[in-house]
Amino acid sequence: MSSITINGQTHGLPQDPRTTLLDFMHQHLQLFGAKKGCDHGQCGACTVLVDGERMNACLLLTFQLAGKSIVTIEGLASDDELHPLQQAFIDNDAFQCGFCTSGQICSGVALKSELEKNRPSTLWFDPDYTKTEDVKERLSGNLCRCGAYPHIIDAVSICTDEQEA
Amino acid sequence: MKPFSVFSLQDKQDLSKVASFEHSRFLAGGTNLVDLMKHQIEEPDQIVDLSGWQEAHQISESDHKVTIGALVTNTELADFAYRQPTLSLLSQALLAGATVQLRNRATTGGNLLQRTRCYYFYDTTKACNKREPGSGCAALDGFNRIHAVLGTSEHCIASHPSDMATAMTALDATVHTMNAAGEVRHIPVRELYTLPGDTPHIETQLGADELITAVSINKTARGTQIYQKVRDRSSYAFALVSVACAMHVKDGIIENINLAFGGVGSRPWHAKSAEDYLRGKSATEALFSQAADVELSAAKGSGGNDFKIPMLKRTLVHVLGQAASHQQQHPDHEGAIHVR
Repeated sequence: MSSITINGQTHGLPQDPRTTLLDFMHQHLQLFGAKKGCDHGQCGACTVLVDGERMNACLLLTFQLAGKSIVTIEGLASDDELHPLQQAFIDNDAFQCGFCTSGQICSGVALKSELEKNRPSTLWFDPDYTKTEDVKERLSGNLCRCGAYPHIIDAVSICTDEQEA
Repeated sequence: MKPFSVFSLQDKQDLSKVASFEHSRFLAGGTNLVDLMKHQIEEPDQIVDLSGWQEAHQISESDHKVTIGALVTNTELADFAYRQPTLSLLSQALLAGATVQLRNRATTGGNLLQRTRCYYFYDTTKACNKREPGSGCAALDGFNRIHAVLGTSEHCIASHPSDMATAMTALDATVHTMNAAGEVRHIPVRELYTLPGDTPHIETQLGADELITAVSINKTARGTQIYQKVRDRSSYAFALVSVACAMHVKDGIIENINLAFGGVGSRPWHAKSAEDYLRGKSATEALFSQAADVELSAAKGSGGNDFKIPMLKRTLVHVLGQAASHQQQHPDHEGAIHVR
């Protein structure tokens, strides 16, 4: 298993074990959807899905991911239709400069499946928490320096609610 | 990042096949180590890669004990412990730390061995005895708001950052290890970490070839469990002060008390003096305040972090009061005060 699958396509692993998944995608595969914000796992702009779980691609050494399946922002839409959360970001005006957006959307997609799996958040220990507060807590690993948070929270909350309905 | 070779470990028995552990690091999730390698604070010549070690992903249970494989992720462990009242502290602490992205990748063994977030440890242009023994400590006279007040030395005031390890310290977990010669050890987590003294670059009693294989925790009833974390923002920040508490009160008397502090110690701080002071006594606010004074009598601020001492006392008294009051209203209650 010396290969990795990214958005359905199989690739050989990079020769240099120092190569992070983020650098591999940028420098070897011309996949620039996941962004390099801080490169230290603090901003979430590089968030991708690894076997369905969201992770910071800047902290993943690619050689450790042999046999894994990665989905990035480029892999979310179908041929002729945006992913519902991508559409919700447009409908809710949920970005300004757009640099954090691909990470926010990958994070939001994972958030929905985490709620489906009944994964707790720290707010579940609080008897008075609201759904909006829970979404905010679960998205705290994605920074937006434009401060578009209210609309980002709206877009993710709407998609989450639709799933529950 | 400095170049390194990779040894791929598939099973813990493979440890004996590693030629040398000099300048070697075990790599699990990498959420801390990869970052430190980027900063060139960690510069291993060899990485022993644990990603192919399947056995270490398991959580196993007996009637009395839970055994958590070293590679169980923080997300998996938080999810598991959320549904186990006797392990509630673990879930509360894990979910109060980092972000979903990091918890999905970070592992149990790696979390225990993460390094401090001291600014001067990270800044390779500044003196740091932990990073470069003998170079001095820039934090002593620098910005030391986040630094430790317990267990420090004149050589290092770095605080241990882990919430999970604080909960495990309160829960009296045992860390299981194996070395290249196949020798296994069962180390109480309360004894895993060494104090900085004049060797702050040594942080645990583990050998270079010694691998954490699992962590086990007894499922004994401990009473109401509260992890209270105080920080600069309400999510994705390290603790300024945290208190992990499990308390069982019967007929107004404290029958069981487990206490540990995070964010304030050079290691996850087992508040043994406070536990000993509280156990067997009548649960009153005056007693809680006295217990805090007993534990904090040796606390020492460095200027910017002086506030942590009264903050820790207030947090501790508050948490003890909450736990005692819940025990009085709900005798024999076990776990978190509220779960969804």
